Amino acid sequence: MFQPSPWRADFPAIAALQRQHQTYLDNAATTQKPQLLLDALSHYYGHGAANVHRAQHLPGALATQAFERSREKVASWLNASDPQQIIFTHGATSAINLLAYGLEPLFEPGDEIVISAVEHHANLLPWQQLALRRGLRLIVLPLNSHGVIDLDAALQLIGSRTRLLAISQLSNVLGTWQPLSPLLAHAQAQGALTVVDGAQGVVHARQDMPLLGCDFYVFSSHKLYGPDGLGVLYGRTEALARLRHWQFGGEMVQVADYRSASFRPAPLGFEAGTPPIASVIALGASLDYLAGLDENAVATHEASLHRQLLRGLDDREGIRLLGTPQCALASFVIDGVHNADLAHMLTEQGIAVRAGHHCAMPLLKSLGLDGAIRVSLALYNDSDDLQRFFAALDQALELLR
Amino acid sequence: MSLNDHAQAALDSFEQAAGWEQRARLLMQWGERLSPLEAAEKCEANRVHGCESQVWLVAEQHEGQWRFKGASDARIIRGLLALLLVRVEGLSSRELQQLDLPGWFNQLGLGRQLSPSRSNGLNAVLQRIAQLAADA
Repeated sequence: MFQPSPWRADFPAIAALQRQHQTYLDNAATTQKPQLLLDALSHYYGHGAANVHRAQHLPGALATQAFERSREKVASWLNASDPQQIIFTHGATSAINLLAYGLEPLFEPGDEIVISAVEHHANLLPWQQLALRRGLRLIVLPLNSHGVIDLDAALQLIGSRTRLLAISQLSNVLGTWQPLSPLLAHAQAQGALTVVDGAQGVVHARQDMPLLGCDFYVFSSHKLYGPDGLGVLYGRTEALARLRHWQFGGEMVQVADYRSASFRPAPLGFEAGTPPIASVIALGASLDYLAGLDENAVATHEASLHRQLLRGLDDREGIRLLGTPQCALASFVIDGVHNADLAHMLTEQGIAVRAGHHCAMPLLKSLGLDGAIRVSLALYNDSDDLQRFFAALDQALELLR
Repeated sequence: MSLNDHAQAALDSFEQAAGWEQRARLLMQWGERLSPLEAAEKCEANRVHGCESQVWLVAEQHEGQWRFKGASDARIIRGLLALLLVRVEGLSSRELQQLDLPGWFNQLGLGRQLSPSRSNGLNAVLQRIAQLAADA
């Protein structure tokens, strides 16, 4: 039975892509944008751009007001108690790098940083390099056969030398929710700081920062139907106070002399230089759009599409899923078929899915694979998108087998 | 530069191909023509990086003429390699440097395989060949 998406028409690019015979199922990489975002961008640039937090003139005041309104919207989206807990960065990667440099003085040689085997390179490499710079041990929590962090092993591995735990909430390859509550609680009991990479998680479930209880939470705007070039770093107020200033330049400074300077606290002290003003304002518009949707209806729609995706894959012979996906996406390989060949055939048929290592090379290697195909869903996808994907998949397999 | 007989045959068959399916079938058939590499030739020095699949390129010069062998674990890139090698086989470094390889793939109707976002590795192989021709 046809399952439409009631929100499809809110995203003009979907119709444009369809006119180019493209079915977009690479939403874990980036998402299409709602009309409200396009309007906000056009309004900002069309009515007078200005830099923020600097000028007293009217355009500057309006831009600053809109910019800070977005900070409030992000805070309220995350149920953070104070907008000053929200730092805007140039992406999720940039936010995690900020943390890896900003927290660096807190580490002594021999201290341990704990991540998991599921991490995207963005939540692996900044910590790996920090460990190399400071002589720290990087501990990698193992996964069970479903692709979920092995809790028993994790509780053993997180110990008194653990200074920091950094884990993703929802795997971008396996589509598995990680058991954050027990992990965060255990790490905090050991006195460790906690970082959650919410790049995928924030898209598929509303987040509540006080409830989640992590010290830092990171996500990227463009995966949450917002503009690119923008990341969000939430921090508990006490945790933000422990960050050393990282990038230096305009507007993050309190008093500057030629040979010394003092810096502002978060958030402005960590937003050196001109921030991506238009993107910040436009993210506010995307959040307005999302806030207007029926949260349960979206979740039900996505869950139903995900079931159809898993059922369709299961119906076909020789398809091996990576892990046990719970949400949003599924990655798979096919016996005897190279994923690069399959990707070629799907591309030729206008199916936009992702092939390769998905920026998680160590994870793929640990599964004994050098690549996989990933299909990832968004709220504007409908069952016809999946049917077109499966028809193309069948056609590809007929050619390849 | 005139085409050798094999290259001409490739061009003829790809020009006649109607639609992506036929081109894909042809690509896979051409891929089967690559002579297999010895295990020792699949070494790190012959690996071409920048591909989603594993690709090897073995290059030797005999009396000023280049001889190439190639292999991959993926079938489409094997076909692309075969179509590349059939065009460059036996050329001198000077001829190689003058050859418009993207133009060759455009003629075959496979120009899209060279777009920068494609990670099939054909671009990386072309760069390796250009490097060899320049260094020789």
